[in-house]
Amino acid sequence: MALSVTDLRVYYRTLKGDVKALDGVTFDVADGEIMGIAGESGCGKTTLGKALIRLDNRMRHAGGTVALDGEKLPIADDAAMRRHRYREVSLIPQYAMSAMNPTRKIGKMIRDLLAAHGVRYAEVLPELERRLALVGLDAEVLKRYPIELSGGMKQRVVLVLSTLLNPSLLIGDEVTSALDVSSQKAVARALVEFRDHGFVRSMVVITHDISVLFQVADTILVMYAGHLAEKAPARTIIDEPLHPYTKMLIGALPQVGDRYDEQQLSGIEGRPPSLLNPPTGCRFRDRCPLAHDRCAEAPPFREVAEGHQVACWAVS
Amino acid sequence: MTATQPTTGPGTEATEQPGVTGAPSGSRKPGGDVRETLYFALRNPKVLVGGFVVLAFLLLGLIGPAFLRYAPMDYAGPPMAPPGGDFPLGTTTFGQDVFAQFVAGLRSTFLVGVLGGAVAAVIGMTIGFVAGYRGGLIDELLNMLTNVVLVIPGFVVLIIINAYLGVRSVPMQALYIGIFSWPWVARAVRSQTLSLRSRDFIDLARLSGVGVGTILRREVAPNMYSYLFMTFVLLFGGSILTAASLDFIGLGPTNAMSLGLMMNQAVQWSALHLGLWWWFVPPGLGITLIVGSLYIMNVGLDEVFNPKLRET
Amino acid sequence: MRGYLARKTLVYGLTFVVAVTLNWLIPRLMPGDPVQRMVARAAVQHPETIESMTVYYERMFGLDLPIWQQYLNYWGSLFRGDLGTSVWLFPTPVSQVVLDAVPYTLGIMIPAIVLSFVIGNTVGAMAARSRWLDNVALPVGYLITAMPYMWLAILLAWGLGVALGWFPVAGGYDFGLVPQWSWSFAADLLHHWVLPFLSLFLVSLGGWAIGMRNLIIYELESDYSNYLSALGAPRRLVRRYAFRNAMLPQITGLALQLGTVLGGALVTEIVFAYPGLGKLVLSAIQNQDFFLLQGTLLFVVIGVLVANFVIDIVYVLVDPRTRTGLTGATA
Repeated sequence: MALSVTDLRVYYRTLKGDVKALDGVTFDVADGEIMGIAGESGCGKTTLGKALIRLDNRMRHAGGTVALDGEKLPIADDAAMRRHRYREVSLIPQYAMSAMNPTRKIGKMIRDLLAAHGVRYAEVLPELERRLALVGLDAEVLKRYPIELSGGMKQRVVLVLSTLLNPSLLIGDEVTSALDVSSQKAVARALVEFRDHGFVRSMVVITHDISVLFQVADTILVMYAGHLAEKAPARTIIDEPLHPYTKMLIGALPQVGDRYDEQQLSGIEGRPPSLLNPPTGCRFRDRCPLAHDRCAEAPPFREVAEGHQVACWAVS
Repeated sequence: MTATQPTTGPGTEATEQPGVTGAPSGSRKPGGDVRETLYFALRNPKVLVGGFVVLAFLLLGLIGPAFLRYAPMDYAGPPMAPPGGDFPLGTTTFGQDVFAQFVAGLRSTFLVGVLGGAVAAVIGMTIGFVAGYRGGLIDELLNMLTNVVLVIPGFVVLIIINAYLGVRSVPMQALYIGIFSWPWVARAVRSQTLSLRSRDFIDLARLSGVGVGTILRREVAPNMYSYLFMTFVLLFGGSILTAASLDFIGLGPTNAMSLGLMMNQAVQWSALHLGLWWWFVPPGLGITLIVGSLYIMNVGLDEVFNPKLRET
Repeated sequence: MRGYLARKTLVYGLTFVVAVTLNWLIPRLMPGDPVQRMVARAAVQHPETIESMTVYYERMFGLDLPIWQQYLNYWGSLFRGDLGTSVWLFPTPVSQVVLDAVPYTLGIMIPAIVLSFVIGNTVGAMAARSRWLDNVALPVGYLITAMPYMWLAILLAWGLGVALGWFPVAGGYDFGLVPQWSWSFAADLLHHWVLPFLSLFLVSLGGWAIGMRNLIIYELESDYSNYLSALGAPRRLVRRYAFRNAMLPQITGLALQLGTVLGGALVTEIVFAYPGLGKLVLSAIQNQDFFLLQGTLLFVVIGVLVANFVIDIVYVLVDPRTRTGLTGATA
């Protein structure tokens, strides 16, 4: 098991109290697996992504554990975590367009970063060039400033840079949101390729755009309001979703390959509950057409079929 | 980010993204309501202390004259008397009451700050709004104008204007100061307007057939109130400092006492060599405390309007 | 890069034209007959001075000529380097008087600007994200920035000059000395230089420190800083990048501050009776020497424009974005 997350809780500190953005989450990612995480904005998927590599200063680790290759990650300890970053856990951030220092040549930036990890640039350079070629980039880009590259090119450079030291786990946060459709496809293909080449052992791909997950993910995890709703192989999620929220999420999708944004998703009636003082029981019940008395009690996230888990009382 | 930051007093930066922060997973409302702002403002020590000092000086300037026995220029007492007794801040070489001069000077200081700040704010915001909103050729021209005024050493032009045309009153002085201190406001407001213009609500207003002025006033301005307020605070302080320098050179208003003029006279009549510290320390200290409090208040306001700074 | 500098040059050219035009226009806005008023106000004794003044004023204003011709003539004499004759130091040409004063002003301004910039930015960078330094440096910095230039000058003159007697408080060198190339004269010059320099330096220091602190915090929250940290880059590297990028707006700010610092230098010189442009401005005003005043203004404008241009070139060298033709919002 590459990644093993157990009852993870991460809260945001605000003046009004803790916002329970991630409230008890348990799941595993197998070696070689690409797991997609989907859900509306505010469901906790971005928080989950950050929790696995670097909490920002408003986030608090409130409980639970994260283990990678059997070793527990000190996610609450920024300094101790540094040793694990990049070599073991790496990230393709949401903001790939602005992820690189605008005033440093790309090659120089990579050299600085590698030096900080005790790796010599010259030793890695041939492999770096090979991987750039793999995503269709000339080694020339290393001599350029980020501003001279197109959005798609920057995204691909970030992909290569983030995976250069062959991490066990790669977190991709909204990897394709900022790109046009053709670049999206190219990046999605590259992600799968990188896994197939063994540059990355396993991946967690976070997106609000389920159609991307159809292209890359082996399994899909659906989150709602800080809880897990459903996890199953990608095909199953599309063809036979069980959780009412997943059904609506798939139903709200105009058609595979199109993008939807939050406005269209509001086709699902109502809004997610506030996570400041979340209600007990199933958090979807206010919007759920199947809600009944039992939903006042939180449903367990249990296995209903091989590799298919759901948190819903209506599913037997 | 853009390479240009609005700059006022040497290097005092107002970052170009006031209040824009990634709310954690959308759980926080964008923008703040007035009550919430006030709540945080009244609990921010920087805002409170800064505001208190400024208000205290303002009150002294407003109601102080009612309690004075001597006019600022009267030869009221013994020359060169140290502070104490009848003269809380002592007297000048001519026996003028330093405290009376100080109180009168405070009035000019606040007046020039408010008026100069207002003139600069109005010009800068208008030009910035129009340039950012209309774009195209108008933007090009206004941008050029802004850059030209930005590069001209305004203080030296003010010296020439004052020397030739003479400045009789504080409002006149404030007007001239305002005319030369608006450019960085225009720049900042322009870039803010540009970024706001592209948002949905502006399109919505435009589609509903509302005029440009109305859109600017109803849709753009409210989104920038916090920013504009902070800008005004900085302009206020800047005007006071510029006026003090002009007064010190002897180019201030001819019909009013001012803190700069006090320092001018103190230096001119050898207060330094005679050791009459009570003559030249209070006016400069007054300006420093007023302007410094404004700056510190501004940092506090930044924290109030920008929740990201508030929490750390 | 060429586009960037071309645009800047256009702005500076325009600024120069505007400044010269203002210089020409403002005296004409004076109510009444400016020649009579100025001659009367000057109140000089020598008959030849009065005559020369009247003639010169009339020639300069050329009030009988059409307004456009007056304007062109003004430019003509400007390009011949003719800024008129000083009334106060009659019959020295204004350009000579100004050139004699310029070294003193530059002598305090350049070291004050450079040192305050370097030290201020260093302190500001250290203060950012260091709670203790931040709590001390920030309020102190704001108070220093809020000080009127002449007040700090007065305090230094009184404290270090009059009370302690460590430094002279007036003049550029001892009145008993004749300017010459000797060690004793140089030492005396330096001795007189300390207080005006220190005063200007200190007032400028706070602003740079505060500006750098705020910019560094802003940069440390930027995407590239977050990405570097997420990839396990040590704090040192992240801060180094942030500092480098924060310097860019500070350099722009340096250009924008020149006018303010210059104003500060003028009043500082007046406090210390330092023989630079500030003292010249004061004497010109007190003696109603308008040629001198206007000549000084033109010199200052040219100086500021040249300095701006130099800073722009430095900026092009340090910010790759201007070189690649993808100019940011600077223009």
